[in-house]
Amino acid sequence: MRMTLVPRFRNAAFALWRRNTLVWRKLLGPSLLINFGEPFLYLIGLGYGLGLFIGEMMNMPYLTFLASGILASSPMNTASFEAMYSVYTRMIPQRTYEAILTTPMEVADILAGEMLWCATKAVINGAAILAVAALLGAVSGWQALWVLPIQFLVGLTFAGPALVMSALARGYDFFNYYVTLLITPMFVLSGVFYPVSSLPPALQGVVQFLPLTHAVDLIRPLVAGQPVTDVALHLGVLAAYGLVGYLVAVKLVRRRLLV
Amino acid sequence: MDAVVEIEGLIKRYDSREVVRGVSLSVPRGRCVGVLGPNGAGKTTTLRLLLGQSPLNGGRIRVFGLPIPEAGRAVRARTGVVPQMDNLDPDFTVAENLRIYGHYFGIPAHTLDARIRELLAFVELTDRADSPIGTLSGGMKRRLTIARALVNDPELLILDEPTTGLDPQARHMIWGRLRDLRAQGKTLLITTHYMEEAERLCDELVILDQGRLLDRDSPASLIRRHVEPEVIEVRGAAGTVRAALGGVPDCRLEAMGDTFYCYTHDATTHIKHLEGRADLTFLHRPANLEDVFLKITGRELRD
Ligand SMILES: Nc1ncnc2c1ncn2[C@@H]1O[C@H](COP(=O)(O)OP(=O)(O)O)[C@@H](O)[C@H]1O
Ligand SMILES: [Mg+2]
Repeated sequence: MRMTLVPRFRNAAFALWRRNTLVWRKLLGPSLLINFGEPFLYLIGLGYGLGLFIGEMMNMPYLTFLASGILASSPMNTASFEAMYSVYTRMIPQRTYEAILTTPMEVADILAGEMLWCATKAVINGAAILAVAALLGAVSGWQALWVLPIQFLVGLTFAGPALVMSALARGYDFFNYYVTLLITPMFVLSGVFYPVSSLPPALQGVVQFLPLTHAVDLIRPLVAGQPVTDVALHLGVLAAYGLVGYLVAVKLVRRRLLV
Repeated sequence: MDAVVEIEGLIKRYDSREVVRGVSLSVPRGRCVGVLGPNGAGKTTTLRLLLGQSPLNGGRIRVFGLPIPEAGRAVRARTGVVPQMDNLDPDFTVAENLRIYGHYFGIPAHTLDARIRELLAFVELTDRADSPIGTLSGGMKRRLTIARALVNDPELLILDEPTTGLDPQARHMIWGRLRDLRAQGKTLLITTHYMEEAERLCDELVILDQGRLLDRDSPASLIRRHVEPEVIEVRGAAGTVRAALGGVPDCRLEAMGDTFYCYTHDATTHIKHLEGRADLTFLHRPANLEDVFLKITGRELRD
């Protein structure tokens, strides 16, 4: 085994990315319905319904506040679920990785390809939500298109740790823990539905370590047409989660498959 | 003759159990070497080590003169693999499986198109090109797996029990294709526990049992060296068989299940003893690889 500490990125990763893109294309119809349907439900149900009572939040209409929160949390969900359920399926029951590992591809290439795909899917779904939000008048200006590359990064951010979960999982049930203990709390606490500043001070400190908080801090001002602050910090935190997750996952998957 | 695969003193442990214990083996270019061994002998493990898919605990491997595991990528680029268990990609059709697999080797699209057409014809799956994997029979899946292993036009083909579980028609079809590949000059390394397969396809056989290499030679030499040329298989009550053949010279008597095997250099006199007896049935045949295999690896059940 060539157990280099830091795997090099190779073009081989795109072969796996391409594989996943082709599978996705086959299921385009149903997946687009879900992509547009769910954000519509959230934005109309919560945005209009709650918006009526709330009016403005942090100097923007509540619909904009909520839409920008969902634009940050959607890539988290898309990438996490893809990197857990789909990746695990390919790795263990479907034996797809076993087949791939008899070609020149290595574990590092496979997982890099998976992460690229998770991020791509996060942007596809995110773009659908952005379109819906724009239709509903929740987006102010073209600078909101910067949301898309940030969603790509957020996809990488969450794909990394989710790959670690796949590498450790002995079955699908295992993912429930990760979703219940980490993804759902982040969804509720990281400023998607209300500003983090309204949390108790101790909790505010904790929330600053969660990647979703930084995704919200980048995406919300872009959607609302406000200045973005601390860009380097936010990008750095998002990149760090993705990178560390990737490196740990490569190590664990090698240990699991190359025995 | 230059060797495509050279293995020396290979050792592999799982936990503290040694499952490959000092195997040495070489596969000359353009030849077919068969690895014969009961279940659990270490065949699959040896093949995985060879491909750089598993860390070794001792010994040395070179494939195409390159060191394994260091040169694993380069070696896999020139090798085709048919794994013991089918692992075709269920999200794709027959032709798409070949295409996707070709992408993993970085084969350019125009080369790939032509190659896929040739390979589908070679394994007689042209009319199933657009079928989903789930609709294929076991034999078709195996043929597609062989086509997939050829997508990179490999110099070395590694097949792990290529016909286990297939019906005789499918098996013969695959043997035919493997002989074609031999004729094209490809080097083949095959594991099997079908003696007929080993005898038909391979120039040379190695017998592996419990991680140890017990012998290696051509099929004919193995038979000549290990067993007498003729065999009489006898069925009947144990006492009756022993009474009929017990005192006869030049008869090495072995029992397995409800059958006795009398190994001999000349069966003429033995047959006289058996003929016309209503309480025994017998069959006279030349010795084959199965006799060698049972003699070398023992007659008890394996799993
Ligand atoms: N991943 C593994 N962990 C522990 N033991 C293993 C593993 N893979 C194979 N073995 C053991 O190694 C031995 C050789 O297995 P294998 O190479 O699959 O045999 P064969 O292919 O000849 O049937 C068996 O006893 C098997 O149980
Ligand atoms: Mg095996």
